[in-house]
Amino acid sequence: MKKKDVPQDIGMTNGVLEIIYAVNNEGRYELIQSAGWEAKKVTLNQAWDVIIDEITGVIKKVKIGKLSPLAFHMAKNQMNISLLAKYVRMNRLRIKWHLKPEIFKKLKPSILEKYAVIFGISIDELFEVPESVEYDFKKE
Amino acid sequence: MIIDFKHRQSSHCESGVISNMLFHYGMNISEALAFGIGSGIFFGYIPFIRLNHLPLTTFRSATGGIIKRVTNRLDIGIKTQKFRNPVAAMAALDRKLDQGIPVGCQTGGYWLPYFPQAFRFHFNMHNLVVYGKENNEYLISDPIFSDPVAISPTDLVKARFAKGALAPKGKMYYLTKVPDQADFSTAITKGIKEVCRTMLKTPLPILGVRGIRFLANQLEKWPKRLGEEKALLYLGQLIRMQEEIGTGGGGFRFIFAAFLQETADLLKNSRLNEISENVTEIGDRWRQFAVMGARNCKKRARDGDTYHAMSEILRDCSDREKKIFQELVETV
Repeated sequence: MKKKDVPQDIGMTNGVLEIIYAVNNEGRYELIQSAGWEAKKVTLNQAWDVIIDEITGVIKKVKIGKLSPLAFHMAKNQMNISLLAKYVRMNRLRIKWHLKPEIFKKLKPSILEKYAVIFGISIDELFEVPESVEYDFKKE
Repeated sequence: MIIDFKHRQSSHCESGVISNMLFHYGMNISEALAFGIGSGIFFGYIPFIRLNHLPLTTFRSATGGIIKRVTNRLDIGIKTQKFRNPVAAMAALDRKLDQGIPVGCQTGGYWLPYFPQAFRFHFNMHNLVVYGKENNEYLISDPIFSDPVAISPTDLVKARFAKGALAPKGKMYYLTKVPDQADFSTAITKGIKEVCRTMLKTPLPILGVRGIRFLANQLEKWPKRLGEEKALLYLGQLIRMQEEIGTGGGGFRFIFAAFLQETADLLKNSRLNEISENVTEIGDRWRQFAVMGARNCKKRARDGDTYHAMSEILRDCSDREKKIFQELVETV
C-alpha cells in the first residue's frame, strides 16, 4: 500500500489513530497513522449489530418477566453463562438459577455484590434495565 | 515511581511491546524487525475453533510466540510469571516498578477503559507495558495507542485476570539481560526460515499457504451451505480478523514486507528488497479482498463481487505466498 492510499475514514474509533505500514514515494516503508477504514467500519458495525440484537432480545424477555435483570447485564457485557461463572467463581447452574426473576430478587447482598463488582456498577444499578441500548459510535 | 520509558506507537501489541522494552535497555530494534525475528507471520483457518460462534482465522503465529522467539534468538534474558492471587500479582508488579523495571503484562482488552467502546470485545491476548505508578494510577505504554495512558488499579487487576479463552492469569514479564551486541543476521535468518517452514510445510491443510487455498474453497461454498445471512457473518468475521487493529494492514503482510525491506539493508541482500515489493503486492490483494467482502456485508455488492470472485483472490494470495516463501528459503 502506498502512503497516499492509507485510508482516513473517520468513525467508530473515537479519534483513536492506528498504525498502518505503507510505502512512501521512495519505496521505503513508513509507519502511518490511520483514522480508520470503510471496510473495517462495515464489518465492525456488523459485529455490533449482532451484539445489539442479542441485548435487545434479552431486554424484551426481562421486561415481560421471563428473565432476571442479570441476563441483561450479562448480554451487555458480551458474556455467556460459562464466562460469567468464571468471573464470579460460581457454578454455572447457580447462575442459570439466578437468571430467574423471582430468584434474583431475593438474592443476598453478598451475591449481588459479586455481580455488581464484575459489571462495574452498584447493586441498585444491577436491577435497572433500560428500554433499549444505545452506543454513541453507532450513531455516526 | 515513574520509569523514564519511551513510548513508541506500533501496529501490533506483542511486537510493539518487545521492541519498546528492548529500546529501553538500549537495543534499537524496530517493531517490524521484532515481528520478523519472532516469526510473526502465519495463516490458519480453523473452523472448529469458534469466536462469537464464527470460525477463527489467524494471520499471525500463536500469541506469546513472538516475544519468546525474539528473546531466544537474540540471547535476551526474560522472566515470566503467572499468578493465582490478584493481590500477589499486583504486589509483584509494584516491586518491579519500584526497582525501576518496566513490566509487560498480558491483559484482556475488554477491561481496558481507554479502548474505544467499539473495540471492547473479550480478547485476552493484549500486551502492554506498565512503566510507573502515580496518584494511585498505573502508567501504561500501550503500543497500539498514540500516547501513554493511566488506569486505576481496579481496571488493571480486572484486565490482568480476564477469564475465558487464553486467560492471562496475571501474566507479567520483564527483561533481565540485554546484551550490548546482538547477532541480528543469525536471528533474522532463523526467523525467516521458521516462517517458510510453517507456511509451506505444515502437515495440516488448514494452515499455511494450503490453509489459504482451503479457506478459498470453503468460502466459495458458504452462501449455499450457510444461507446468505450467515455467509455474510462468516465473511465479516474473516475481514475483521484480517484488518483488526494490530495487523498493520493486509493481515500482517505489510509489516512483514517492512521487515524484509529492513532486512535487505542489514544483510546487504538486494534480492530481499524485490521480495518485499512482492509481499506488498500480496498485502494489497488481501485488501482488495476485504473491500469486496465489505461491499457484500454492506449489501452494496457490485457486479462481479461474487463469492467466486473473492475466493479467486484468495487462491491468488495462496499461490503468490507459496512462491514468495519458496524464494525466501533459497535467499537466506
